[in-house]
Amino acid sequence: MRGIITVVGKDMVGILAKVSGVCAENSVNVIEVSQSILQDMFCMIMLVDFEKCTVAFTEFSDKVTSIGDEMALSIHVMHEDIFNSMHRI
Amino acid sequence: MINTHDILETINMIQEENLDIRTITMGISLLDCIDSNIDNACSKVYDKICFKAESLVKTGEEIEKEYGIPIINKRISVTPISMISAASKGDPIKFAKILDKAAKEVGVNFLGGYSALVQKGFAAGDVELIKSIPQALAETERICSSVNIGSTKTGINMDAVKLMGEIVRESAMLTKDNGLVGPSKLVIFCNAVEDNPFMAGAFHGAGEPDCVINVGVSGPGVVRAAISKIPDADITEIADTVKRTAFKITRVGQLVATEASRRLNVPFGIVDLSLAPTPAIGDSVAHILEEMGLEQCGACGTTACLALLNDAVKKGGVMASSHVGGLSGAFIPVSEDAGMIDAARSDTLCIEKLEAMTAVCSVGLDMIAIPGDTPAEVISAIIADEAAIGMVNSKTTAVRVIPAIGKKDGEEIEFGGLFGVSPIMKVNTASPAKFINRGGRIPAPLQSLKN
Repeated sequence: MRGIITVVGKDMVGILAKVSGVCAENSVNVIEVSQSILQDMFCMIMLVDFEKCTVAFTEFSDKVTSIGDEMALSIHVMHEDIFNSMHRI
Repeated sequence: MINTHDILETINMIQEENLDIRTITMGISLLDCIDSNIDNACSKVYDKICFKAESLVKTGEEIEKEYGIPIINKRISVTPISMISAASKGDPIKFAKILDKAAKEVGVNFLGGYSALVQKGFAAGDVELIKSIPQALAETERICSSVNIGSTKTGINMDAVKLMGEIVRESAMLTKDNGLVGPSKLVIFCNAVEDNPFMAGAFHGAGEPDCVINVGVSGPGVVRAAISKIPDADITEIADTVKRTAFKITRVGQLVATEASRRLNVPFGIVDLSLAPTPAIGDSVAHILEEMGLEQCGACGTTACLALLNDAVKKGGVMASSHVGGLSGAFIPVSEDAGMIDAARSDTLCIEKLEAMTAVCSVGLDMIAIPGDTPAEVISAIIADEAAIGMVNSKTTAVRVIPAIGKKDGEEIEFGGLFGVSPIMKVNTASPAKFINRGGRIPAPLQSLKN
C-alpha cells in the first residue's frame, strides 16, 4: 500500500531529515517529495510505499506524528486511497 | 502524484471543518434467535451479537487510523425486538437488558432496534413492547428505541399515535432525574427506513440480509466552508458547490464502507448521505443556511434554503456511492446544532417553522425540548402532524421531543455530550384531546391528483 505524509508548520532546520529518517529506519520507501514554503509556513507532501515496512502501519503513523509533537508541526500519515477516492472519479 | 491542493483540501476538511464518518453501523438480523422460551431467545440474541460484532469497534479504529478520518461512532442495529419477543411471550425488558449487555461487551455506544412497526395495527407482542419502552430506556444505558406508526402505503395508526404520546411522557417522567435520557433515545417514525445507520432510529429491517454494514457520513462544516468561499455567487452556483462538496464527503463514506465490509467480511449495505450536525462549533446545519444569506435560521426563506441544501446533497452524493440509502438528507436536531440552539434562544426559530422545514428535509422534529407540563395528547398530536407530512409527501418523518419535566418554556436543559443543550420551545396547547382519543386509522393518501 502507498501512503501520503503531510507536514505543515513553521520552517526549521531538519524537518525533511527527521521525517525521511523515520521512513528509512522502518524500510518505508519515499517515492516522491514535494515541498513549498508559503510565507514562513513549511509545507511538505511525501508519497511513500509501505510494501516493505517493518512495523504495523499504525505504529509507523504514531512514530511520525510524535516527531510532529516534538517539533510543533502538524504531521499526518494517511492511506493514499482517501485522496484518490475523494478527488478522482 | 495527487495534486498538493487536493491533498491539503482533504486535510483541511478533516482538521478544520469537522469532516468525519459519523457512524459505522452493523445491522444484525435476530430472526434466527426466535424461541418460545424467552431465556433461550435472550441467550441466542446475546451470542449472535457478540459473535457478529466482535471486531466491529477494533476494525473501525484501524480504518480511522489508517485513512486519517475520524469515525465517531460504531453501532449496531437489530431486527425490531417486537418480532422476536412476540414468540417468547415473556417480559420484553429481558431483551432490553440482554441487548444492553451485548452492546457493552462488544464496545458499541448505542444499539438500536428496541422497536415495533405498527403502521397498520398491533400484532402479537407489539403493545407489550411499546408499553415496556419507558422502563427499558430508563433501566438500560445504550439501547435506542423506535416505533413506526404510519406510512404512505398504509396511512397512520391513530391508536398507536395516542399510545406513543403517553409513552414519550412516561419515558420523560421515569428519567427526569437522569438527564431525560429516555425520550432522547426514542423516535416515532412515519415511513421508517430499514437500513438507517443513525441513532436513535436505527433498526435492521426484516428485508435486510443476515448481517450488513451501513455507513453514515457527515460534514455540515465542510459544506458551510465551501459556501463561504463564494460570497457573491448566485443560487445556481451555491447548489453546484453543495453538490461537489457532498460528492467528496460521500466518496470518503463509500471508501470506509467498502473497507469495513471487506475487513469484517460482512456485505456492504448503503451509505447514508446525511449532514448530521453536532454541538461543536463549525458543525452546524443552521450555519449553512445562514451562510446562504439568512440573518438567522428560522427567518422567512429558511424552508427554501433547506430544500435546496437537501436536494443538492442527495444529487452530489448519489453519484459518489454505489448504494445510497438510509435517511439521506440534512438533519435538523435542535439541541445538537449550535446554530439551531441560538435561533431557538432568540425566538427566531419556533416549532411551527421547524415543522415546515421537516417537509423538505430528512427526518423531522428532532431533539426538541418542550415544556414539562405538555399533555400526552398534545405530544400525540405533534406526532400525528409530523406523520401526516411524511405520509403525504412519501418521505420519512420522525418525532423525538423531550418533555422537560418540571420546566417551562424559556428555560433550558442540558443533555451533555452529542445531545447538546436545548432551550425549551413553546408549544401550542389548545387541546386536540378529542381528535386523539377517537383512535382508528387515517386512510392511506392518494398518490395521484397531486396538488
